[in-house]
Amino acid sequence: MKQYIRSSACISPQKTFGHPSFLTDAIEYNGTRLRAIEPDYAEFIDPKIIRRMSHIIKMGLAASQECLNEGNTNMPGAIIIGTAYGSLGDTVSFLTRLIELNEEMLPPTAFIHSTHNTVAAQIAIMLKCQQYNNTFVHKGISFESALFDALMLLKEKEADNILVGGIDEMTDASFTILTRLGLYKRWPVSNLSLFETSSNGTIGGEGAVFFLLTDRTSADNLAELLGMQTFYKPVDTAEIELKIISFLALHDLQIDDIDIVITGKNGDPRNDKVYNQLSQSIFRNIALGHYKHLCGEYPTSSAFALWLATNMIKREEVPLVVKEISVKKINPNKVLIYNHYLNKYHSLMLVSAC
Amino acid sequence: MDPEVFIAGVGIITAIGNDVAECLCSFEKGLAGMADIAYIDTKHRHNIPVAEVKLSNNELAKIACISSAISRTTLLGLIAAKQALKDADIANLSSLRTGIISANTVGGMDKSEFFFKDFVANNSKGKLRNVFDHECGCVTEAIADQLGIKDFMTTISTACSSSANAIIYGARLIKNDLLDVVIAGGTDALTKFTLNGFNTLMILDKEYCKPFDENRQGLNMGEGAGYVVMVSSKVTKKMKKALYCNLSGYNNSNDAFHQTASSPDGTGSYLAMKGALEKSGLKPMDIDYINLHGTGTSNNDNTEGTAIKRLFDPDYPPMSSTKSFTGHTLGASGGIEAVFSVLAIRHGIIYPNLRFETQMHEFSFAPEKKILKDQTINHVMSNSFGFGGNCTSLIFSRI
Repeated sequence: MKQYIRSSACISPQKTFGHPSFLTDAIEYNGTRLRAIEPDYAEFIDPKIIRRMSHIIKMGLAASQECLNEGNTNMPGAIIIGTAYGSLGDTVSFLTRLIELNEEMLPPTAFIHSTHNTVAAQIAIMLKCQQYNNTFVHKGISFESALFDALMLLKEKEADNILVGGIDEMTDASFTILTRLGLYKRWPVSNLSLFETSSNGTIGGEGAVFFLLTDRTSADNLAELLGMQTFYKPVDTAEIELKIISFLALHDLQIDDIDIVITGKNGDPRNDKVYNQLSQSIFRNIALGHYKHLCGEYPTSSAFALWLATNMIKREEVPLVVKEISVKKINPNKVLIYNHYLNKYHSLMLVSAC
Repeated sequence: MDPEVFIAGVGIITAIGNDVAECLCSFEKGLAGMADIAYIDTKHRHNIPVAEVKLSNNELAKIACISSAISRTTLLGLIAAKQALKDADIANLSSLRTGIISANTVGGMDKSEFFFKDFVANNSKGKLRNVFDHECGCVTEAIADQLGIKDFMTTISTACSSSANAIIYGARLIKNDLLDVVIAGGTDALTKFTLNGFNTLMILDKEYCKPFDENRQGLNMGEGAGYVVMVSSKVTKKMKKALYCNLSGYNNSNDAFHQTASSPDGTGSYLAMKGALEKSGLKPMDIDYINLHGTGTSNNDNTEGTAIKRLFDPDYPPMSSTKSFTGHTLGASGGIEAVFSVLAIRHGIIYPNLRFETQMHEFSFAPEKKILKDQTINHVMSNSFGFGGNCTSLIFSRI
């Protein structure tokens, strides 16, 4: 059975939403925090309720609606979201007031919207969609878990036109805390020269990326999703190489069949070590591309990578800003995404032209 | 035919007991777990009763054989998950494809609350060791690491239906032949965050809750963890111990009505129960016991009752809300009540619905007031409904 990506929509720190261009004029940020570019939400959400909604809910509703529009679908067969942090803004807001007001006279709205399933629920309410609805919240593989669920549902013939999203928001509090925890660089950098830096830490990001998955063939499908796999805490780079090779073999492919590998390189030497090692070994003769300088690092950023791969295949081009080396002309037919989050959670996604 | 998924082990810790035997003993004696708040540092102490697990973090850590510096949610989860694995007693577990699907709603919030107290006053303050593992996924990861599970893990958070959805996901991983053994369920510790959150919604009963009673006043919050160990038929062939039952049906539907309230006609709950019955190939009359979601709020019990009426009228099976013992354990409730459902089949018992006095005027049925023993229970339905309209029903069946 084949599985296709019928449509996609992406809100990110780049002009990826509602723009005809494909990362031709990448936005430069100087700092360590990339904020998503917000669309005109009134196009997607009832203006009466926009005001009460937090950043993540608005991003989720707009991106999911645009994805459905692109896929000419009114009603998805299931709604599945991956989000590591969930409704962080509302959570921080309620927690802060709880402390400031010493547990008295607290307004309930932030709490109501603080549950991790809020985005999936709000999409269901907006669409009046009573179908299967799930939310995965497992750190760096939250999006992959959601995608895996969708692929199983398709195989089980339980649903078609499955809406799958990867979404996370950055708040002032989480940015401060994650900076203190050492995730981000201590000094401002330009995201467009992120890979030329050698200091520890990366840049933080956020985004909302949705896909519509189907098992029906159509000329309108963007790409075929051949498969995905996650693995946890590999012992060394040799094990990672083995995982990648056997994952490809599962789909009757070898490394040489891949036109470009999109990696999760993020400018932090502790993170990039494995990608650099692989570029000397199994990826030696393969074109490489990177994406985290465009959307920033966040636990569900692999959804941005899948959006990128899907659109590269559909548009038959690799944006210059993505390529590690700019000279070679690449015809992206088969794209492998290899990402890891904090060296613990590793994921592979394989996308092909239909 | 759809491959079967069997329940081989159970583990539980709640306000009415630190393991299966203690919980069953409390049911027998009709002892509820609610009391004055003892462990959370809150203004609501002496004002709002809760169902806390009657052990400090240090005491839990000793049982779990781990440092007490981690979230109480992880401590509770680890204790119940270890029990479940021990109970299943699967030989050569390391040679089998094993995964854990765990649920929770607020991750390490109990510790983040400490962090935020200092952080709110000054952003450079607050001990990072209290916040670095705030994410829901950290709880599952810590449990998986302790149990040595590496093949597959993930975390589900769909409010109060979270761990019922974890059980469904685990079962599907077995049905799709991706795993041989899955530990699935959930854990949630009481926190100031959730206590105050539910308090702002004005759905907390100041007395001990009375689910499905005409004069119910709201829910009592609880905490705990519950896990089942599910195995494929291939694994059962090598097992020495008797299996508990199988998971014969399940369904996840959405009410698509309101973020925190359920629809008056109980559409989501109705679709969840109906879908689970269809999956199991059973008719409403085959169900011998319903473990209700039964929170004790005006809204839930009305909606759930309406959905039950639509599906079961005029022949209602015995039903009860074990939340009248354990309180509402949020993300853990689906796992805890799955364990109770499994034990109902094994021991032939129907749990009482404590403090029930007056039948709801809308309905012609009422929950069981007294424990029923020596029953023949072939099929149990367990309901879990949550904020965001997430409605899930599971059906466990005798084999």
